[in-house]
Amino acid sequence: MRLEAKPAPSLAGTFAYSAGAVLATLLVSSLLVLAAGASPLSVFALVAKGAAGSQFALMETLSRATPLIFTGLAVAVAFRARLWNIGAEAQLYAGAVVTVVLGTGALPLPAPILIPIIMVASMAAGAALLLGPALLKTRFGVDEVVTTLLLNFIMLLFVSMLLEGVLKDPMGLGWPQSQRVIAEAQLPRLIQGKRLHLGFVIAIASAAVVWVIMKKTTLGYEMRAVGHNAEAARFAGIPVNVVLMKTALLSGGIAALAGFSEVAGLKGNLTLDLSPGFGYTGIVVAMLALLNPIGVVASAIFVAAIFVGADAMSRSAGVPSYIAEVMVATALLTMVVAIMLMRFKVRWR
Amino acid sequence: MEALDILLTASFWVAAVRIASPLIFATMGELICERAGVLNLGIEGIMTAGAFAGWLTVYAGGDLWTGVAVAAAVGALFGLLHGALTVPLGLSQHVVGIGITLLATSLTYFTYRIVLPEVTSPPKIAPFQPLPIPVLSEIPLVGPALFNQTPLTYFAFLTVALTAWALYRTPLGLAVRAAGENPSAVEAQGISVTAVRMGAVMAGSALMAVGGAFLTMSAFNSFFFEMINGRGWVCIALVVFGSWRPGKALVGAILFAAFDAYQVRLQQITGGVVPYQIFLMMPYVLSILALVLVARRATYPKALMIPYQKGER
Repeated sequence: MRLEAKPAPSLAGTFAYSAGAVLATLLVSSLLVLAAGASPLSVFALVAKGAAGSQFALMETLSRATPLIFTGLAVAVAFRARLWNIGAEAQLYAGAVVTVVLGTGALPLPAPILIPIIMVASMAAGAALLLGPALLKTRFGVDEVVTTLLLNFIMLLFVSMLLEGVLKDPMGLGWPQSQRVIAEAQLPRLIQGKRLHLGFVIAIASAAVVWVIMKKTTLGYEMRAVGHNAEAARFAGIPVNVVLMKTALLSGGIAALAGFSEVAGLKGNLTLDLSPGFGYTGIVVAMLALLNPIGVVASAIFVAAIFVGADAMSRSAGVPSYIAEVMVATALLTMVVAIMLMRFKVRWR
Repeated sequence: MEALDILLTASFWVAAVRIASPLIFATMGELICERAGVLNLGIEGIMTAGAFAGWLTVYAGGDLWTGVAVAAAVGALFGLLHGALTVPLGLSQHVVGIGITLLATSLTYFTYRIVLPEVTSPPKIAPFQPLPIPVLSEIPLVGPALFNQTPLTYFAFLTVALTAWALYRTPLGLAVRAAGENPSAVEAQGISVTAVRMGAVMAGSALMAVGGAFLTMSAFNSFFFEMINGRGWVCIALVVFGSWRPGKALVGAILFAAFDAYQVRLQQITGGVVPYQIFLMMPYVLSILALVLVARRATYPKALMIPYQKGER
């Protein structure tokens, strides 16, 4: 069999291939639902109902999508330049730690000043965390996949150490959790009494900013050139290493906002289970969006809907909620195949 | 010097070799994949699946060695999926690998919940028992460490010898190495690069799964979530550390495991002065340091991560 390059697909073509990937995912999950002894159609109906069947469900889905938009954007930015940042999870926690350090009363400032300060500081921490692996990659040729992955484990242990040490809430009844952030550091809710908060708006705005950077700036052009062919980019006079550094700063900074928004917008404090793998799910979100920043918003909402819907379904239908993770992983794999089919024609000899 | 006395206790070296065993399997598995030109980031998930498959087989009444075989078969199946996507289709080995890890891990957890819906503490199985080798196991220090382990540990050492022999002494091994260095030379010999790479990924993934199965069948006696806990990623670092050579990788795995066993004991001596998380971080920090130390002079297989299309040069 041979692969032959073909012209870029039309919008309809892109849509058709993506729909095919989603359909294949549904097929695989149907088999699992059957294995669990339930009927696929009713389970999918329950998932859809749990994700978008009520105002409450919809708010939950958008709220769950918020950190995924940030981590998805972080991954999309990095992957575009072929900087394999698998460490969004660690960068998320870096942002969360900074939010707790600055937001629990250390800076007694009014909200309009305090919140931007915390955001910037969080981004700096996340950026610094990815800068290390990026430097190791450009200076020593160390594969950043392994270093960023290992940093996830190191960071989680570091957070655990902080939560049992300096950041431990003295009123926390011994639980490894931080104090709650002060009112001035909290992101307001979008609708009174609902969980959806300003972080969602910041996430959408970030997607727009990233889109502008990717499409309209020199940096965006250079990132794409480096990602497409680093050797050719170097030959064309693009400072590849500098571009990779800037990419790392941007990607790590955005991933950290996920931690900031979860603490300041939703949870109020830092615990070890702040992220149920948002960093890793961000990879799926970015791939489903074909690394397009605006697409990330849509795919994050889609992926969040699967998780929120599966949680609700699992309680009523008795199918383990891990089916959401299986669906997301399958979607990732079917989507990369779909992307390939968009670009290449397969000839069976 | 309590801290140094640890090094002279047999129990320390026994633990080091035991901790090394799953790493040895998985590192050999990854090494075989990478030697053929395929970076297999599915390792973490494949180990999880292997750990569960082995445990489930024994829990369901199967014999221990059947459990090992089932784990290997499950690993090979995930290897088949990884290979099918990355070798003939040439998809990004990074993304596919992460996808396989997510898929294998979540499928394992899903199946666990289907099999044991209401269980809170995971049931134990009767694991492999130590099998002392007569005379040799009597040698002080070395004896218990190397010759009073479970059969699966002996099998791990055997795997290294077999991998080295196969890679350097057989035509198949030559083809595997060439597929990772210069695939068009393999094709010129009339051998299919696709077949060689697919075979290597399947065999390597089977070994990774057996490495995972060691944890449930020879170490912890039961399966629980997050049990691989980064061991797979450490093995990828060990492959680089070992410069893609089985012998060196074995030394790396044992050194790493010795350090791991050492930090646990050191932790007991320091008695809470240093937060325990610092010790737990050490294996990961050590992996990164190893990568940095070796990376400059590392000679990657030249065709690693480069998809091959027949007739292309």
